[in-house]
Amino acid sequence: MKKTEEDNGRYEIRLSGSGGQGLVLAGVILAEAMGVYEGKNVTQTQSYGPEARGGASRSDIVISDGEIYYPKTTELDLLLCLTQESCDGYFGDLKEEGLLIVDSDRVRQLPTQKAHALPFINTAREKVGTPVVANVVSLAAVAAISGICSRESIENAVLDRAPLGTEEKNKMACDLGFKLGLESRRIWSEKKIAFDN
Amino acid sequence: MAEVETKRKKSFYKENVPLLMQGNEACALGALAAGCRFFAGYPITPSTEIAEILSRLLPRVGGKFIQMEDEIASIAAIIGASIAGAKAMTSTSGPGYSLMQENLGYAYMAEVPCVIVNVMRGGPSTGLPTKVAQGDVMQSKWGTHGDYFPIVIVPSSVKECFDYTVKAFSLSEEYRIPVTVLSDEVLGHMREIVKLPSQEELNIVTVPKPYEPPEWYKHFEITPDFRSPMASFGEGYRFHLTGLTHDEYGFPTASKTEIVRKLEKLRLKTMRHLDELTDVRVEMMDDAHIMIFAYGSTARAARQAIRMARKRRFKVGLIQPRIIWPFPDQIVREYLERVDLVIVPELNQGQIIREVKRLRYRHVKIIGLNRFDGELITPQQILDKLKEERH
Repeated sequence: MKKTEEDNGRYEIRLSGSGGQGLVLAGVILAEAMGVYEGKNVTQTQSYGPEARGGASRSDIVISDGEIYYPKTTELDLLLCLTQESCDGYFGDLKEEGLLIVDSDRVRQLPTQKAHALPFINTAREKVGTPVVANVVSLAAVAAISGICSRESIENAVLDRAPLGTEEKNKMACDLGFKLGLESRRIWSEKKIAFDN
Repeated sequence: MAEVETKRKKSFYKENVPLLMQGNEACALGALAAGCRFFAGYPITPSTEIAEILSRLLPRVGGKFIQMEDEIASIAAIIGASIAGAKAMTSTSGPGYSLMQENLGYAYMAEVPCVIVNVMRGGPSTGLPTKVAQGDVMQSKWGTHGDYFPIVIVPSSVKECFDYTVKAFSLSEEYRIPVTVLSDEVLGHMREIVKLPSQEELNIVTVPKPYEPPEWYKHFEITPDFRSPMASFGEGYRFHLTGLTHDEYGFPTASKTEIVRKLEKLRLKTMRHLDELTDVRVEMMDDAHIMIFAYGSTARAARQAIRMARKRRFKVGLIQPRIIWPFPDQIVREYLERVDLVIVPELNQGQIIREVKRLRYRHVKIIGLNRFDGELITPQQILDKLKEERH
């Protein structure tokens, strides 16, 4: 986590998509992983429409070593988008050097070349057997790519919140997400070295 | 299967471990910790979680939860429960708080302890159900008719939602008065890490019982500190309750001295104890020329803003009241004499700024920063306002 004097080590994350994709829950799990298992200060806020499914949905997490005064996000360090609409809408809130992570099947028009585009929803559907766990897959990938949170913390937090009887599927989703994320991170670091040279 | 059972039955109150919870959840747990055993309410966004959680937890501790037909009945029910001896609470948002005003006035007059949590949303009327506002600050002071002196608390974090709900119960018992907790949509739905204190660390006050025999008992006795002991219905003490202006026994009165004594009691029981009812966070005010006066979730933006401003060499500090009514006159006046600019950020078109202006000292400039589009004021907005004033 990079630190500047002014922001007290603040790291801001937004998970966005459409209602029903489980992003508010993913935000709660991430906040729990960081706050309960990693001992950081966190705040988690959300915004969603009145619909149960569809409509824009987002979950914001602020993480800091120090006290968090302003609880909402101002400039994002990391943005996850599971729909084209959310990517178009929120890309402007991302810092210039911030990380953009998108679902490669849902977001076809990328606003920048510096994006991690990964097939979260299809992985969940094909490898776990249900698209319901796409939020866990993408959450694990977010943790792997950003490196803010250890694998154990995410797994523990996921299993704390997982409904009884779904532990296996959620564990599998976690593993797949980490694999996707680490792979993408490796590819990007190679690209960066090639570019720098 | 045994494991399943234990997972389901695990205790809801875990002391001293970090927990991620919402402000509304903290409010509900605070109420339980304070000894609340009766809740009557009507669900309304953004306060519904409080009712939802208490509907599950109250029966487990031997309490009662009732979903009423509306907010008028809700407050009537908690007044009844309180008179019968239970610590009682209701939660609502602006529209429900408006409906409660009539019976709230009854509770002030009949000196019934109870707690009302108002999770503020945009208004007037049904307004903006899922958006934040601070529009009910003046309503919480002047909402019902007549001359009364309420106690109103404004928390600003999830931990404070817990602590100040506990405090609201203690104050309501100590002063025999309804206490309003003004939370807001951001606080209610925001999640933060909280460590709940152990039961011994909580300072819980319960209204004292009368020590005299029942035949001598006066339900509204005027004591030297204006706080009267209280017997509950069914304990062998006979008393009369009415919304009409009454004597010390509770019977309607037309005697001028008794009317004056009653109304003075309603004022003095809070205004004589301003020291105990002042709860203000003062930050970086020692050398400050500029004061930010902020409360509730707006204070969070202000706390960030003063730190940003200090880095730019502005001498700025924060005054944040956590008990907003009675207004902390003395401490605000003290600092007003030392600054030349006051900024009052609020999520309304200027309510509490009137109180600060009432205390204006010489030519201190007092300006508002108002936002009412359903979003929180940002630290940058406060900083920009400050720069605009100081070029």
